[in-house]
Order: sequence, then C-alpha cells, then structure tokens
Amino acid sequence: MTAPTDQNLADLSVDVLVIGGGNAALCAAIEARRQGASVLVVEAASKVYRGGNTRHTRNLRCAHDAGNEILTGPYPEDEFWDDLMRVTGGETDPELARLTIAQSKELWDWMTGAGVRFQQPLGGTLNLGRTNAFFLGGGRAMLNALYDSAEKMGVAFRYDTAATALDIEDGFFKTARIQGPDGPQVVRARALVTAAGGFEANIEWLTEYWGERARNFLIRGTPNNRGTILRMLLDAGVEPVGDPTQCHAVAIDARSPQFDGGIVTRLDCIIFGVVINNRCERFYDEGEDFWPKRYAIWGRLVADQPDQIAWIVFDEKAVGRFMPSVYPAISAPSLAELAEKLGLDPSALAAEIGRFNAAVVDGDFNTEIHDDCRTEGISPPKSHWARRIDSAPFHAYPVRPGITFTYLGTRVNHEARVLMQGGRPSANIYAAGEIMAGNVLGRGYLAGIGMTIGAVFGRLAGKGAARHVGN
Amino acid sequence: MSGTELQQDAERQITICNACRYCEGICAVFPALQMQRSFVAGDIDYFANLCHDCGACYHDCQFSPPHEFAINLPKTLAGVRQESYGRYAWPSALAPVFEKNGLVIAVIAALSVTGFLAGMIAWNAPGALFSAHQSPQGFYALMSHDAMVGLFGPVFVFSIFAMLMGLRNFWRDANAVRMVAGPAPASLWQAVRDAGSLRYLDGGGAGCFNEDDKPEDKRRLYHHLTFYGFLLCFAATSVGTIYHYGFGRVAPYAWWDVPQLLGTLGGLMLAAGTGGLMAAKKRRLPDLVDEGTKGMAMAFLLMLHLTAVTGLGLHILGGTAAMGLLLALHLGVVFALFLTMPYGKFVHGLYRFAALVRFAMAKRTGLKTRVVA
Ligand SMILES: Cc1cc2nc3c(=O)[nH]c(=O)nc-3n(C[C@H](O)[C@H](O)[C@H](O)COP(=O)(O)OP(=O)(O)OC[C@H]3O[C@@H](n4cnc5c(N)ncnc54)[C@H](O)[C@@H]3O)c2cc1C
Repeated sequence: MTAPTDQNLADLSVDVLVIGGGNAALCAAIEARRQGASVLVVEAASKVYRGGNTRHTRNLRCAHDAGNEILTGPYPEDEFWDDLMRVTGGETDPELARLTIAQSKELWDWMTGAGVRFQQPLGGTLNLGRTNAFFLGGGRAMLNALYDSAEKMGVAFRYDTAATALDIEDGFFKTARIQGPDGPQVVRARALVTAAGGFEANIEWLTEYWGERARNFLIRGTPNNRGTILRMLLDAGVEPVGDPTQCHAVAIDARSPQFDGGIVTRLDCIIFGVVINNRCERFYDEGEDFWPKRYAIWGRLVADQPDQIAWIVFDEKAVGRFMPSVYPAISAPSLAELAEKLGLDPSALAAEIGRFNAAVVDGDFNTEIHDDCRTEGISPPKSHWARRIDSAPFHAYPVRPGITFTYLGTRVNHEARVLMQGGRPSANIYAAGEIMAGNVLGRGYLAGIGMTIGAVFGRLAGKGAARHVGN
Repeated sequence: MSGTELQQDAERQITICNACRYCEGICAVFPALQMQRSFVAGDIDYFANLCHDCGACYHDCQFSPPHEFAINLPKTLAGVRQESYGRYAWPSALAPVFEKNGLVIAVIAALSVTGFLAGMIAWNAPGALFSAHQSPQGFYALMSHDAMVGLFGPVFVFSIFAMLMGLRNFWRDANAVRMVAGPAPASLWQAVRDAGSLRYLDGGGAGCFNEDDKPEDKRRLYHHLTFYGFLLCFAATSVGTIYHYGFGRVAPYAWWDVPQLLGTLGGLMLAAGTGGLMAAKKRRLPDLVDEGTKGMAMAFLLMLHLTAVTGLGLHILGGTAAMGLLLALHLGVVFALFLTMPYGKFVHGLYRFAALVRFAMAKRTGLKTRVVA
C-alpha cells in the first residue's frame, strides 16, 4: 500500500476554512457565515474539549462609555490605551492597538447577540468589575453559546480533526490537509482563517529557548496548542511578530496536571509568606508590589531555580486570607516536620526562616496598601507584608512554572490578513487570536485582553475572508 | 472531612469550585459554598438540597469528565440529596425506606388500593361497588365522609409531624458548625419567592439542561404545573372541607362550584406537569443521573400523576358504574401518597425550601462559626 497522496484523498470544498475552535475561530466563523460564506471549522480537540484555552477564560476586557447592569462604570478608550501602554511598555503596534480598543466597544453587544451571557465580577475580582465583562459560567459556557449560534447558522464543524499541512504558494492559500476520525482529507477553500492558538503546549519547541528546564513546565491550558499552524505559516514566509523566547508564566501548584489545570491551580499566597527553592534559599522579594501586579513574574523566577521547583512557606496567620486553590497546603506542626514532608533539609529550612524572621521589622500589616511590614538587612528583602513565620502549624505549597501562552505570532494588518516577509499582505490568509496576539501585546499581560484580541481579530478575519470569497 | 463516600466526593469537587468560582452567577449553590473555606458533612447536605439540578454547571465546567478533576456536581449532589433524606428521616428506623424507595412506594400503593377495594366491597351491599350512584350521595354512598376523615386525618397529621422532625434534623446538621442568625421573616419571604418562581432552575438566566447540551429544557414549566396543580387540588379539598364543616354543604358539588373548578384545573395541571417531568426524566442525559435516585423520583411522580388522573377520572365518570373502582383507586393512591410523604421524594420540597431560607439568611447576615468547647 502506498501512502495517500493529495490526488486520491476525498476532497472537501468550502468558501472559508477556519482552523481552531476557540474564541477567535468562532468569532471568525460566525462573522464569515453572516456574510453568506460557507464555513468549515476544524478543531483538533474532541467535542468535550473543544475551544482550547478559551475554555479556561473568565472574562473579556472591553472599552465602554457608560456602565451597564453588570459593568460598574465607564472604561474610556484612552484609559484602555494607557493600561495597554503600561503593561507592554510600548511594545505594541499602535495602529492595531487603537483598532483593538476601538472595536472592543462592540464586543458586549456582539457577544450578547451571539447568545453569550455575562455576570457580575466574581468574588475576589471586584477590581475588574468596571473594565472586564465576566462570562456567566466561564469560558466554556461562553463557547457553548457561540457554538450553538454558529451551528444554527449553518457553520460546519469537524472535531478531533487537525490541520496537518497547508498548501501555500507565494502567500496564497490553496488547500489544507486535515486528519480526522475518518482519516486524511484535503480541503479546498477560497480563504483561510488560522485561529489555532500559540505553541505553549509544544514542550520540544519551548526547549529551544528554555533548554531542558522546559520539561518541568506545566501548561495551564489545552495540550492541542502545539503551534503546528504557526510553524507552517512562518515556514511559508509569513512574517513573525513577538519575542519567540517569551511566554506568560505564573507559579502554579506543582501537583497540577501537565495540561488543562486551568485557573484553579493558581496560588495567590506568595505575599503572605516566603518562597524558597530546593536549597531552602529565598530568591526574590515576595512583597515587592501588589499581587495582581506581580503574579506573572513568578513563573519565570521559579523556572530559574534548580529543578524548576519552589515552595511557598507560610504560617497559620495567613490561613484563609487568600483565594483557595485546588490542592490542600502541606502542613506540619513544626518547621522541621514540614521540611521532612517537603523533602527538604530541615536545618537549612530552619536557618533560612530564622534569618528571615530576624530581619522582619514590625509594622501595621495591611494588604490593601504598601504597608510598612518589611525586612531589613537581608537579600533579597521582603519589602511589604513581611511577618515572622512563627505560628504553628506551618504550611507550604509546592510550585512550578505554569505557562499560559506564548508571544510569538504572525504579523497581521488591520484586516487581520497575515503579512508576508517584506510587508505584503497575503491574498487570502487571515490570523486571529493567540496566534497573532503578539501584534498588540508584545509583552506583559492585561487581564481579559486575550479574549479582546481574539474576538476583534476573529471578527475582522471572518468578515475579510467572506469579502475575499465574494470578490 | 468525615462523611459518606458521596459526601466526600462532593467536598472534593466543591473545594475545586471554590477555587474557580466561574459558576458564581448560575445559582445559589456557588455563592453559598464560597462563604466557607472548609466543609463538614452537614454543609454538603445543605448544598445538595440547595441544588435544583438544572445541569448548567456540568456543561459550563472546564473540569467535567473526562477531565481528571471529574467535576459533576448535578450528579454527585443528587446522590447526596437522596442519602440526606434518609439521614434526616424521622423516625430514623424508617431511613432504609429511601434506599429501595421505588419498590416500597409501589408495594404500599398496591396494598393501599387493594385495601380500599376490599373495604368497599366488604362494607357495602354486594355489587354496590360496580353500580352507578347518583347525587345527592355520590361517592359517599360507598365510603362515608366520616370514614374518610377518620382514615386520612390521622395519617395526614402523622406525616406532617414526621416531616417537621426531619426538617429539624436537617436544620441542626446544616448549622452544626456555621450558624445563620438574624431576622428570619425577610429571609423566609425571599425563600418563598425563590422557591415559588424556581429562580434557581434556570441556569442563571441561560436556561436548564436535560437531555443534551442545549439549554432548552422545560422542566421548570412542568414543575410549576405540578406544584401549582398540587396546590390547587389541595385548595379544592380545603374549600370542600370548609363547605362541609362551616356551611353544611356536602359534596358532590356542581361543576361550576369552587372545589370542582379548583380541583379540575389543578388535576389537569398536575397530570400534565408530572407527565412532562416523567418524560424529561426518561430522556435525561445519563452523565447527570445518579442511578440510585431514579426509583424514588419516578415513584413520586407516578403517584402524583395517578392521583391527578384518577381524580379527573372520577370527575368525568363519577356518575357511571365505573365510579366505584375509580374511587377505590383514587383513595388508595392518595392514601399511599399521604402515608409515604415523609419517606419519599415529597420531602425534597421541604429541604429545598429550608436550604433556600438558610441561604437567604446567610446572605443577609453572614455565617457565624460555632465555638466548639
Ligand atoms: C487558565 C487560563 C485562563 C485564562 N483566562 C483568560 C481570561 O479570563 N481572559 C482572557 O482574555 N484571556 C484569558 N486567558 C488567555 C486566553 O485563553 C487566550 O488569549 C484565548 O483563549 C486565545 O483564544 P484563541 O481562540 O486564539 O485560542 P484557543 O482558545 O486556545 O483555541 C485554539 C484552538 O486551536 C486548536 N488547534 C490547534 N492546533 C490545531 C490544528 N493543527 N488543527 C486544528 N485545530 C487546532 C486547538 O484545539 C484550540 O481549540 C487564559 C488562559 C489560560 C490558560
């Protein structure tokens, strides 16, 4: 038997092929279908796991001039712009950033029109109640609504079906090879929307930049975002954007599953204790700034520690003061017993905690402000919220780097069309979502902007693809 | 936490929900569990009875099976709920009735109908059961009003008492560690509104789920028909009783009279509602069904359905020779329903209501942790 060639594979023909099944893909599919194009969505995941990292999201950031029944007040475009500049340090394409922010204003109505429902900000996230719209039931509920709308409009879906090769000639997309439950097939489409996420689940690829350290990384979202489509596009001459070496990484519970642990594996207690590596050494200022401003640095910090593992150690005083997480803390009546349970050297742990305790300067403990509870004379210091770790029982959470997404992507223009090396737009290839988020978010992170970028560029891609088909 | 296997699994899941909170806007269960960081068995029973089984959180959850976190609160809490009915039953010796509930109820119903048949045959002239009885006596020709009151009254009183005792047990457990306090009347009224409108059988506004992943379920409507139909039937009987003792007006009443109108409308609603609920139950997505709870729910629905259908049958065929049989059937079913009230699905309404009251109180004034000496 010979391997099937493209000539003898069953052919599928459609106006717009959408690769991916998350927020960006669905926004594109719905929009293209609304313009009258026939649309096929191929999703690598099974139906239960459809929707990649979007399943794990909880909100979307959108500019608006007035509050409504859920958003607690206005969030003008300029303020959104300032927030974006602050987190990216200016690493953004200003034209695309302005476009994203301007079009984010339409998203509330667009999503609601597609059956998505919103709810009040969740407990513990009231600070986002004005700027971010929270999905009722979370990202999977939001996706279910989009899928339902798309199905009713006549968008076709294939689950368990990955795009495995793209035939692109000089920036012009011709066919895609897909691999599904019924074997390989070739799809002819007049326009292609790539919405297949980043490459964070591709550990091999991550080792290119992180070395063997990447093998100890946990991936917070889907195992399917392996960057296969991104790689194909770049290989076909699409211009890259974003720092390939960078990813958004937070410290998550080391006991979490390798993939798809989602939001519940996060730990919000670092400011209440100290963080030590497996030599029982502290390595960074745990109280440098408010937690929401610092949580995204800890993935990288832990990645730089031996064996990419660390422990947050705290005492009974801190219990109940932070958001609960999926696994219980490891607890013991004394530091020595705790070290035993953690597999650490008890005397080294006692020495490090002793050093820390001796350096604590008493103050008025208050997590609402940059308080005056700090250390003196140790390096690294703990600048705020430092309290002696002395009230038994003692507790610890093991942490590892948890990767949320990668920054490398395809460069696009204001129509969501990918740009080839040299700046020429592709005739019929579009990109939306994580695969191109680096255009807008070159660095850092702003809660809810992943969904904003996906929805805005998803819609643009869908409209653009349909328009191309119509011409 | 100590507790049954199901309670422990529920606690495991709830701990994850407490870390996620995406479902906060769906119903009362999530805001209720978010008020705590640790849980005891009584808390789990409280959450289980607060859950209306709308199914939304299962379809919305990024961690539902096959994910290794295996979150499936609708199913697990349904199992806990059923167990909890046994835990709170009074007298506790009757708790096992909840385990083989469908069978027990069926046997009691059959015995009860047979009893009424046998009684009516034994106490009346030969052949009386099978001949037509015209007004003014109607079915009292077969069984006197006094005999009915004498039989049903004590059973009804006992059932009410047993259920109140069950409620007391539930409340004590729910407040074992964390207590609610504060002005209950406002919370009671809130709970009446929440229960009366089935506010939480609505997926937070998106709708409920039953046979598939589409929020197009009609159980809320069927339940309204069932509940309000039942209330109308109850009102019909109450008005009849007032007529009887207050005004000396003895049944049967004309078709346009209040008890007849209430009873007919209530019976139709009850029949349609329970029919809808039974059909929905049969279609329910197997992933959401705790196998152990099926018999109980079906038995209860069937009993209500039979009550309605036989009642309507009497109404239509009351003047014919079929009346005797229908009457025995109807009275037998109603008697069994009353008798088994504290030991079947009927109690779900009581515990659900109590849970809603507790939730309203907790929201209003918070929870106080009991200091254990
Ligand atoms: C735990 C967590 C929480 C988050 N919370 C938020 C939040 O609250 N708000 C926010 O804005 N952002 C959040 N993010 C980021 C957010 O998830 C992403 O920005 C967003 O989901 C990206 O959408 P997307 O459609 O581009 O990609 P995804 O939703 O990841 O979808 C990519 C899809 O492509 C499919 N795919 C991949 N390769 C192929 C292939 N070869 N063939 C076919 N299909 C393929 C995948 O199966 C997947 O369905 C969170 C991320 C994580 C991990």
